[in-house]
Amino acid sequence: MRTYVFSQDHKIIGLQYMMTALLFLFLGFTLMLLMRWQLAYPGLAIPGEAFALTPGILGLIALLISLISKRKLTGLVGVLFLGIAGLVWYLVSDETLFPEGVMVPELYNSFGAMHGTIMVFLGVVPLAVGAFGNYVVPLQVGAPDMAFPKLNMISYWTYFMGGVVMLSSFFLPGGAANSGWTSYPPLSDIATVGQTVWLFGMVFLITSSLLGSVNFIVTIVQLRANGLTFMRLPFFVWAQFVTSFLLLLAFPPLEAAGILQLMDRLAGTSFFLPSGLVISGQQLDVSGGGSPLLWQHLFWFLAHPEVYVLILPAMGIVGEVIANNTRKPLWGYRSIVYATIFLGFMSFIVWAHHMFMTGMGTVISTFFQTTTMIISIPSVIILTALVLSLYGGSIRFTTPMLFALAFLPMFAIGGLTGLPLGLAPSDIHLHDTYYVIGHFHYVVAPGTIFALFAGLYYWYPKVTGKMMGEGLGRIHFWGSLVCMNGIFFPMLIQGLAGVSRRLYDGGAQYSHAQSVLQWNEVMSISAFALAAFQIPFLINFFWSIKKGKKVESDNPWEATTLEWQTPTPPPHGNFTTIPEVFRGPYEYSTPGSSKDFTPQNVR
Amino acid sequence: MEHASPEAIKKHVRTYVIVFVSLMALTVITVAISYLHLDVTAAVIVAMFIATIKGSLVASYFMHLISEKKLIVLALILTAVFFIALMALPLLGYHDTIG
Amino acid sequence: MQIPFTVAARPDTGLHNAKLGIWLFLASEVMLFGALFSSYILLRVAAPEWPHGSTLLNVPLATLNTVILISSSVTMVMSWASLMLKDFAKYKHYMGLTILCGLLFLLVKGFEYGAKFSHGIMPGEDLFYATYFTLTGLHGLHVVGGIVVNFYFWGPGSKMWQTEPQRFTNRIEVAGLYWHFVDLVWIFLFPTLYLL
Repeated sequence: MRTYVFSQDHKIIGLQYMMTALLFLFLGFTLMLLMRWQLAYPGLAIPGEAFALTPGILGLIALLISLISKRKLTGLVGVLFLGIAGLVWYLVSDETLFPEGVMVPELYNSFGAMHGTIMVFLGVVPLAVGAFGNYVVPLQVGAPDMAFPKLNMISYWTYFMGGVVMLSSFFLPGGAANSGWTSYPPLSDIATVGQTVWLFGMVFLITSSLLGSVNFIVTIVQLRANGLTFMRLPFFVWAQFVTSFLLLLAFPPLEAAGILQLMDRLAGTSFFLPSGLVISGQQLDVSGGGSPLLWQHLFWFLAHPEVYVLILPAMGIVGEVIANNTRKPLWGYRSIVYATIFLGFMSFIVWAHHMFMTGMGTVISTFFQTTTMIISIPSVIILTALVLSLYGGSIRFTTPMLFALAFLPMFAIGGLTGLPLGLAPSDIHLHDTYYVIGHFHYVVAPGTIFALFAGLYYWYPKVTGKMMGEGLGRIHFWGSLVCMNGIFFPMLIQGLAGVSRRLYDGGAQYSHAQSVLQWNEVMSISAFALAAFQIPFLINFFWSIKKGKKVESDNPWEATTLEWQTPTPPPHGNFTTIPEVFRGPYEYSTPGSSKDFTPQNVR
Repeated sequence: MEHASPEAIKKHVRTYVIVFVSLMALTVITVAISYLHLDVTAAVIVAMFIATIKGSLVASYFMHLISEKKLIVLALILTAVFFIALMALPLLGYHDTIG
Repeated sequence: MQIPFTVAARPDTGLHNAKLGIWLFLASEVMLFGALFSSYILLRVAAPEWPHGSTLLNVPLATLNTVILISSSVTMVMSWASLMLKDFAKYKHYMGLTILCGLLFLLVKGFEYGAKFSHGIMPGEDLFYATYFTLTGLHGLHVVGGIVVNFYFWGPGSKMWQTEPQRFTNRIEVAGLYWHFVDLVWIFLFPTLYLL
């Protein structure tokens, strides 16, 4: 119990984060699949059995694999998948939520809010930072563990509690939060009790994040091995370093906002409620005088840096995988590092580009448009450097490399589609439309999530001592790439036509949407197909733990960074002898060297 | 700081006492001034000025910031910049609206 | 397996881990209270009218509380200085005083709140009271946290002085930094809410 459940070893904690985050990603995805049924086939009874059956079958498969390979963890995962199936079944069978099998609008709103919340705060960030960061960073800096192992353990369990709190809200009267992941007042102030639970859940998650970010920064600054100067750090570590500063300094204002909203909801204050608010014909009996815009400022002060939290670790992973699979150093390492630092700084002063439609005057609007345009420069520098890193490389098209390569054009599309949103005149037309959804999903889905897949395939052999199957990996890759584009590209089209987001009927009642409505079915079918293409990944992931091809060395990818210079898997304390670093992170194909790579810690 | 000599610590203690007395005096002053009922702008400026001095004394001497490592001071300056942005920009937004 | 630089300072940064850790945490706390402070400013600037603090709140009592908290800051740093001078008895003495002052602060605060509640004044009364209760309430919670930590180091945690005196001294320094920060927040909160 003490060894595994309350482990203070960063590797175990990293794996705990990974399992929990993957489950939440799957749950968030399932919510969206239910929503996409409604959007493609409004009024048609949902085949609840099919939706519940998919996680159900996966759960049974996992249980089967766990019985064959005698792995308890796989069995646990199987049980949890069956739990998701149970939750879906419970919701879909509820006659008030799905009268005659058709989702009610309130549930649609709730799913929308929770999909966003779960994916961002319970899925992607815990996976990118909590899982990958925790497992890899101490290894890559040559440390025996994180600087504060006990704090690390507390961070994970606080995250877990936050997740439990968030999930519990589905079972409350009135259901889970339904005011968008952005929780704008006045709506969120007067929403059902699920919103209060959402706020408490966020307090747990923010606390977990803050404790984690302190740990990361201290580990990177203080525990670097001898000879490992800042400019010899792998780009992945730099990315996590800047990300941790973003989490440290940007989250507290959201915590403050959460406290204020809790006061509004529980103590009858009016921090966000303006005077004279009338709801359903009734004047609201509060003191008034508050400002809904205040919430928006505090929320977006976090939520903008948050998107860089979503992308930076991903870029870090892509950098590692590209360097390794081109057998070349990353192009422009210094530029990448300085761009990352500059990006982190700028991310704090662009937030109100999410608020262009709130009645801003020209001075403040110009300020935020300018800073937003400026912040695109370091993004482009990083992307360009990653692309240029391919030139002249001896490219190995391994599965992680496929995901890393696809990341580049996908992130480019995501980034480019952000530009008209960052400029107020075009944003007037595009704000709150499907264009926005298409933009950010391009960055997060075939962007960040692809990078995270690359990381999973890449570091899998270090954790398990087995390689994941290449065949299943390729099916997973190509299927996901095609389907993701099938889901998110039409959103750009619909948004340009003016279809608003968060519409229960997907735009059906609006004349300006009629010409693009047919895309709804395309997107939904792509989404269902995307779900299907994750099955080869899940089978591959669990099957290969026991039955995958055994690695022939501790360093199967022939990589230079320190995490590959340990036993497989690394023992408690990581390094058998304290490592000393003699060179930069990407000494590949050095002229005059006998091998095409030289690890950082070899004399 | 960890390897400071007893003499150095005793000097620090003297500093702590001086700072304590100053903080008490400034507290009395700031309360006294409040009874003058200055107009809002002047009152805010004076009160925040005195609070800043008091805060700086606590930070510099009780928290030893005045002799602290560059890394820490840098992190705090960065924090201050973002705090000012969080304070100033929404205020600008309040004053600069379309109609 | 030993984590390096938990007690001794790392040569190139000159810091031990917990020192850097606590300052980073305090930076996040600056952003937390800073956000609330900014919210207060925004709400007040936008309000058609805002009462002068002294007309609604007890200035002499709050001044007393300010004196109490500043004193506790002195006793806190003195408790650390005592450990640096290897005087454990003095440490216990000063740390005990710090805890007492903290409790006294909470007592006065409780009395203030009680006075308001007994007159039927709750946070929802108006924006002034909403900000007053929320800001002082959150600050008060931080005081509680500090008292708990300080009590642990005064009581059961002080055993570490026998086995690892340097590490224990570091811990008191770190706890002190947190406590001074709580004092610092009050130094700004007091004039803002009571004198303006």
